[in-house]
Amino acid sequence: MSKGRFGDYGGQYIPETLMNAVIELEEAYERLKDDPDFKSELNRLLQEYAGRPSLLYYAEKMTRDLGGAKIYLKREDLNHTGSHKINNVLGQVLLAKRMGKTRVIAETGAGQHGVATATAAALLGLECEIFMGKEDTRRQALNVYRMKLLGAKVHEVTSGTQTLKDAVNETLREWSRRVADTHYVLGSVMGPHPFPTIVRDFQSVIGREVRQQILEREGRLPDVLVACVGGGSNAIGLFHEFINDRDVALIGCEAAGHGIHTDKHAATMTLGKVGIFHGMKSYFCQDAYGQIAPVHSISAGLDYPGVGPEHAYLRDRGRAEYVPITDEEAVEAFEYLSRTEGIIPAIESAHAVAYAMKRAPQMRQDQIIVVGLSGRGDKDVASIARYRGVDIHE
Amino acid sequence: MNRMEQVFKNGKAFIPFITAGDPDIETTERLVHGMAEAGADLIELGIPFSDPVAEGPVIQAASSRALAGGVTTDSIFAMVRRIRKTCQVPIAFMTYINPVFSYGYDRFLENCEEAGVDALIIPDLPFEERGEILPFCRKYGIMLVPLVSPTSGSRIETIAREAQGFIYCVSSMGVTGVREHIGNEAEEMVNRIRKVTDVPCAIGFGISTPEQASRMAAFADGVIVGSAIVRMVEQYGADCVPHVVEYVRMMKHAVSDIY
Repeated sequence: MSKGRFGDYGGQYIPETLMNAVIELEEAYERLKDDPDFKSELNRLLQEYAGRPSLLYYAEKMTRDLGGAKIYLKREDLNHTGSHKINNVLGQVLLAKRMGKTRVIAETGAGQHGVATATAAALLGLECEIFMGKEDTRRQALNVYRMKLLGAKVHEVTSGTQTLKDAVNETLREWSRRVADTHYVLGSVMGPHPFPTIVRDFQSVIGREVRQQILEREGRLPDVLVACVGGGSNAIGLFHEFINDRDVALIGCEAAGHGIHTDKHAATMTLGKVGIFHGMKSYFCQDAYGQIAPVHSISAGLDYPGVGPEHAYLRDRGRAEYVPITDEEAVEAFEYLSRTEGIIPAIESAHAVAYAMKRAPQMRQDQIIVVGLSGRGDKDVASIARYRGVDIHE
Repeated sequence: MNRMEQVFKNGKAFIPFITAGDPDIETTERLVHGMAEAGADLIELGIPFSDPVAEGPVIQAASSRALAGGVTTDSIFAMVRRIRKTCQVPIAFMTYINPVFSYGYDRFLENCEEAGVDALIIPDLPFEERGEILPFCRKYGIMLVPLVSPTSGSRIETIAREAQGFIYCVSSMGVTGVREHIGNEAEEMVNRIRKVTDVPCAIGFGISTPEQASRMAAFADGVIVGSAIVRMVEQYGADCVPHVVEYVRMMKHAVSDIY
């Protein structure tokens, strides 16, 4: 069995041309992750640039309205660039710079990871190119312009379904064309080893802060943690610190699109099966011959046919549970949180809010749910308006 | 003598690649017969995959056409069985790991043996992960062809020492597709391989002209051409067979006649 396994999941299923690049990355990461200079530089950036720690906000109105468990929101939407993606990106771009790389490339779905990568590259002085499915550049036109403002070059990907999966394909192809001076800033806990581990480590700051914050506020651990799952980086970031706390339920919300009884969904855990793709063994939406299936979600960030290998492992062990949330439920949650708490969540994060809305009323008032609010919803306003039949121009 | 041993017995080998089912399975079958008669020493048949990350635009498009036309792993096995009734040209499958994993390793390789497939090339299954299918390849006597690339560095020797059948040398950086210029990296790679093994080396990625093929054949044991042929299939569709056959004849001549 090769390195980087979570049970049987994970591994390094990539072309030979990229093997030395991931080996070099693993060595650099092992060398630097506990290096005092590296750690203090990263911590300084996280605090002074990204705005960490992020708030743990008690959603009192929502709690009262739903009439069950106390609901806390982990406000990753308040980070610089508006999502949790900055946590991983600052770590990886700093790592790339220490490795002597002068250029970074990245895939993006909703554009949050692309914007975060372009931001970190601007700050740390690296050249940056972003690959984004053409369908997503249309859904998230504002983020495309934002990346360009930040000095990145944005490539529209026209192959396949023109969404996140195809953006990953094209970024892998570009990396194999030019690997010597280039680091691939993978945006989620997926891909070949060591990416699932590196991204998890950089994101696990979320859960570490939650533990400290909730103990200060409530003097106890939460009963339920809930986060949306595409590749699964914000979810692992929230969960990781609590994996050994058996009484804390871990819930991942995946995109059910039009519903799990239709063929328009991205419900990898609910409907997919084990496969090997994008460098990893994990669950994938695929057909009977192992062809990767086209997926659908209203959320560009969850519109992905796979899931990170550690999630696959947590699911098989029964440690985490993964539930499907439809487009409609997510849009309702998007509107509900805006109206109730004055917080417009990313449509990705709204999938987690939707679960909390269903679960909280079934829980006791002395119980606690922490919702990972992975990003802010400004980017989604136009597409939600379209979903509701309102034609507005950005 | 098994079929894989014949590949490098007829001078320098010319190895064409086509995507099975592009534009349809009948044309693929005619292409295999035609290329075998034109002197192809081994035919690489691509089992199309929805997301071929090691391929450039030409083979990506061929994969999409083939899948849209309804070709499946089963219909490709059935085609190989038909071909084997009259034709003994060595055949390698080129595909990605997920279609093989999904089919079931044991079942896939058992079918390879029974249908008459001789070797397997899987670009997203690097040396470290070969344990996934190597036991099944051995069980059914199918060669698992390893790839080395210009970035392999010290991995070249590690991979070469365990290689069987032949070694697929990736000529240059990047994905498959026609290149105007191919550097000297391939020759350096082959020289390093020669020091540790006698297993033949075939060079692929980017080669399209007889001059390039001849230059590669001067130091390698074989030359692999994919995108240049697939482009002809794209251009001529079901009428591509005579064009491809003529090209294969020319390229076999180019690799045999080293200038």
